[in-house]
Amino acid sequence: MKLDNIYQEEKKSNFAKVSEIIITMASRPSGFIGLSILIFHVILAFISPYIAPYDFKAINPTLMLQAPSAEYWFGTDDLGRDVFTRTILGGRTALTITFFGSLIALLWGGLLGIFCGLVGGKTDDIVMRIVDAFLSIPWILAMLLIVSLLGTSTEVLIPALGFFYGKGIVRVARAATHDVIAKDFIVSARARGHSNFSIIWNEIIPNVRDAILVEGAMRWSWMLLGFSSLSFLGFGVSPPTPDWGLMISNARGLMSFAYWSVIAPIVGLSSLIIGINLTADAFAKALGIDRSTKAPV
Amino acid sequence: MTEIIQKVKNLSIGFKSKKGEEILILRNISTNIKKGETVGIVGESGSGKSTLALAMMGYVKHGLYTIGGECEFNSSNLLKMKNRDLEKIRGRKIAMIPQNAGQALTPNLKIGYQIDEALQLHSDLEEKEREQKISELLNKVRLPSPETIALRYPHELSGGQQQRVAVAMALAGTPDLLLLDEPTTGLDVTTQAHVLELLNFIAKDTGTSMVYVSHDLGAIAQVSDRIIVMYSGEIVLEGPSRDILKKPIHPYTYGLLKSIPKLSLAGLPQSMPGSQPQPGTMHRGCSFFDRCNFSEEKCKNNSPQLEYLEKLNTSVRCFNHKSLMNDSQVNQTVNKIKTSLQDKEILNLSEVSISYAKQKLLDQVLNRISDDNPTVKDININIKKGETIALVGESGSGKSTILKSIAGLLRTKGGIIKFDQKRNLSSDLKERDPNDLRIIQLIFQNPDESLNPNHTVEEIIAQPLKLYFGLKGEELKKNIIDLLQKVRLGEFYMSRYPRQLSGGEKQRVAVARAFAAKPDIILCDEVTSALDVSVQAAVLNLLQQLKEDFGTTYIFVSHDLAVVRAISDRVAVLYQGRLCEVGPSKDVYQFPSHPYTEVLLGAVLEPDPDIKPKLVAEDIVEEKPPQKGCSFQGRCSRILGDICKNEVPPWQITSSGNSIRCHIPLKELQKVQIN
Ligand SMILES: Nc1ncnc2c1ncn2[C@@H]1O[C@H](COP(=O)(O)OP(=O)(O)O)[C@@H](O)[C@H]1O
Ligand code: SF4
Ligand code: SF4
Ligand SMILES: [Mg+2]
Repeated sequence: MKLDNIYQEEKKSNFAKVSEIIITMASRPSGFIGLSILIFHVILAFISPYIAPYDFKAINPTLMLQAPSAEYWFGTDDLGRDVFTRTILGGRTALTITFFGSLIALLWGGLLGIFCGLVGGKTDDIVMRIVDAFLSIPWILAMLLIVSLLGTSTEVLIPALGFFYGKGIVRVARAATHDVIAKDFIVSARARGHSNFSIIWNEIIPNVRDAILVEGAMRWSWMLLGFSSLSFLGFGVSPPTPDWGLMISNARGLMSFAYWSVIAPIVGLSSLIIGINLTADAFAKALGIDRSTKAPV
Repeated sequence: MTEIIQKVKNLSIGFKSKKGEEILILRNISTNIKKGETVGIVGESGSGKSTLALAMMGYVKHGLYTIGGECEFNSSNLLKMKNRDLEKIRGRKIAMIPQNAGQALTPNLKIGYQIDEALQLHSDLEEKEREQKISELLNKVRLPSPETIALRYPHELSGGQQQRVAVAMALAGTPDLLLLDEPTTGLDVTTQAHVLELLNFIAKDTGTSMVYVSHDLGAIAQVSDRIIVMYSGEIVLEGPSRDILKKPIHPYTYGLLKSIPKLSLAGLPQSMPGSQPQPGTMHRGCSFFDRCNFSEEKCKNNSPQLEYLEKLNTSVRCFNHKSLMNDSQVNQTVNKIKTSLQDKEILNLSEVSISYAKQKLLDQVLNRISDDNPTVKDININIKKGETIALVGESGSGKSTILKSIAGLLRTKGGIIKFDQKRNLSSDLKERDPNDLRIIQLIFQNPDESLNPNHTVEEIIAQPLKLYFGLKGEELKKNIIDLLQKVRLGEFYMSRYPRQLSGGEKQRVAVARAFAAKPDIILCDEVTSALDVSVQAAVLNLLQQLKEDFGTTYIFVSHDLAVVRAISDRVAVLYQGRLCEVGPSKDVYQFPSHPYTEVLLGAVLEPDPDIKPKLVAEDIVEEKPPQKGCSFQGRCSRILGDICKNEVPPWQITSSGNSIRCHIPLKELQKVQIN
């Protein structure tokens, strides 16, 4: 048999699979740029506390609104704090909260979507209606309500964001499951008498996983934008913690004469969102998924 | 010499692999299509037949490119032509009819409108003339009452009618060349025979040249004057239809013809080993070498050239064609099947009826099904242990529906399914205990759908072993290897994913999975329909072998009467969810027959130009079974009148034990109505 020779592809380890996907992603210019930006931000988030040149909360009235200089690369803000220090530290909270928020969104959205897709019928209808009803409330209003009731701690923000951004994932997971359950291998598993749990775990998840992960990656960039908007409105991170949304909000009045205090956080935030976006896109392409969700930017 | 319409010269088409290698799909094809002739191109999936047909209208699929050669039409090369010039030719001079006409028609536009569009595009007729032309075209493709058909939407027509509309649209531009890519694949046997007959008529009537692409030698035999046999992107045999079918001088064609089940022969056809090499895996030497029964040492490293034999007007690509020339009567030898029929009955269906009707709220609350005209009704069949019983009928006749209920996947409306003459099986999975689930296993039509693409072969076969027998570790592995051996696959297949297997190999894995449960009964739903003919015989032989080894009982669903003839002991004929005839295969395939069986048998296409299908009933499609009377009354050409319309016909039993359900007395049925 000659087929053997070309198909002598051994079962790959998970590590090999993941590195293959990353290599495929990086082989496209847009994927390479996206990955580089994302990795840069993640590394920065890890090392920034150690490389920050100044104390991020040291207020010094004599240094108010200094223009960029050799000493203060990005200048200082209205309280005399170093903008460079605050910028490299400003992504940490946002990145962490939205990363875990996305995980929660993936988990509940993915599982509920798969469940609805699998059981179908009345239960599916009812659950989807409830999800829709909940989420037809403008998310920002709902978030404002939640944080004003429960505070702006991480323990509140992560699940709240995770909840609101899971809706899109429910839909994607449900649609992907619908495509899969029509296949004969599911009918076959049913006829053999496998439990619903076994069918979900062995038959469905391996086939919908990719679509859900891609959607999750996309939601991450949406969530980042949403979280920064909250901070901007003063409902995210509380001062003096450095945060891009907060920095943009504080400095926006000074834009006309102290542009430096606002440009740095804007560049930080938008580059991260673009980075995640491009990465998610490349991820989808590397997995061969046709993504329909639009990017937030 | 007659005028040549299209000249294909040294055509090679291919693509670049990920590694940058050039991989050939078509290798140096040359042939001529003459005016007025119908050329059949036959080959298994992946042999390049569709690529060739598309190139004949100057189209190369996305991702492929022309490596060399040309397709000359009206002395210009279509493959070099600008799109604007091609548009003037396509539809007008060269028209194409796709496989799935239903998808090619625009769903929200009326049939008449779509034909009119084609006419405006491809002819210069005035409005009044066009109006007339539309009904003329619809008449020509023999659609009933053109005036009403023109006002319908595509979804209101049956598959056969849609295919006819596609033919009418193709004829709108009065083309010189008509390309048909698997135009009848996917249609019912009866419909297929009608469409082929129509194409024959059109060819004669209009003098259009046709290129008919199909994997089905039976269909090709009915229409072609000349046949081109393709294998691995090459022409291996080309010549007059009759010679090729009666005296094939290429080993591939020879083997192919032998592997096709025929109505006239009971028993399994001989199978051809192996499968066609994938593009890009071709090595030196003859591409058929691995599977060839006539190969010699020199075939291994030398590629045979296409050789033209003046005397036979045939071209053949084989070093050894002379040895076939002398003894190549395809007088088929078949492997007679042994039956290990026991007297014990293993499954009894009595009065089974099944409904798909949406249930009213009250019925849902009371958890009952009410429908006075269910999809499937009055099914009484007693199945003996070790027997292969076939359910045959056109699509929609309820074959799969019955299998689903036996498997517990679909609740019955009424009736009893009894196993081993002891236990009643519920048709609801949840009410069956695990052992009752184990004893009945399913094999599906399309292994692409029935094997999880993300599981390896090992994981696929492990599932039932773990579930039913709790096997683990070494023992599990040993069992998997054992099963793979039983379906003639090596141990190294364990780590493969389904996408790395050929169609036949995938179906073997599905068979192994079914046998892993050590079932008593296996339900086979069109298990060979998605396979290439050369592979089909091998899978049928495998199923037969396994059955003899394990004493399994098969319920075998198929629309292909020749396949059923080959493998089954007994046949049950279904129309609209009602049984028409049940009996031993050899008797069902002989007269007297139920009028519907007669229609089905008449429509079977044999790869023999001398056996023409006999068209008895119209190929209309009925939406629902009739409320009362005989289920076949709507299409029966022997209908007796009111009695058939009002009274359910009685079962009549012939001397050989064949049961026929018809009002016509057996003696009358014996008189064959068609000949
Ligand atoms: N899920 C379904 N819902 C409603 N009707 C169905 C469904 N599946 C099949 N049918 C109908 O039941 C009839 C029998 O179908 P089927 O058992 O698939 O026939 P076969 O296997 O003989 O082609 C057809 O009229 C078909 O349209
Ligand atoms: S050339 Fe040799 S291997 Fe090829 S078909 Fe002829 S006999 Fe067989
Ligand atoms: S009972 Fe009447 S309608 Fe039915 S098959 Fe016999 S003759 Fe035809
Ligand atoms: Mg079916």
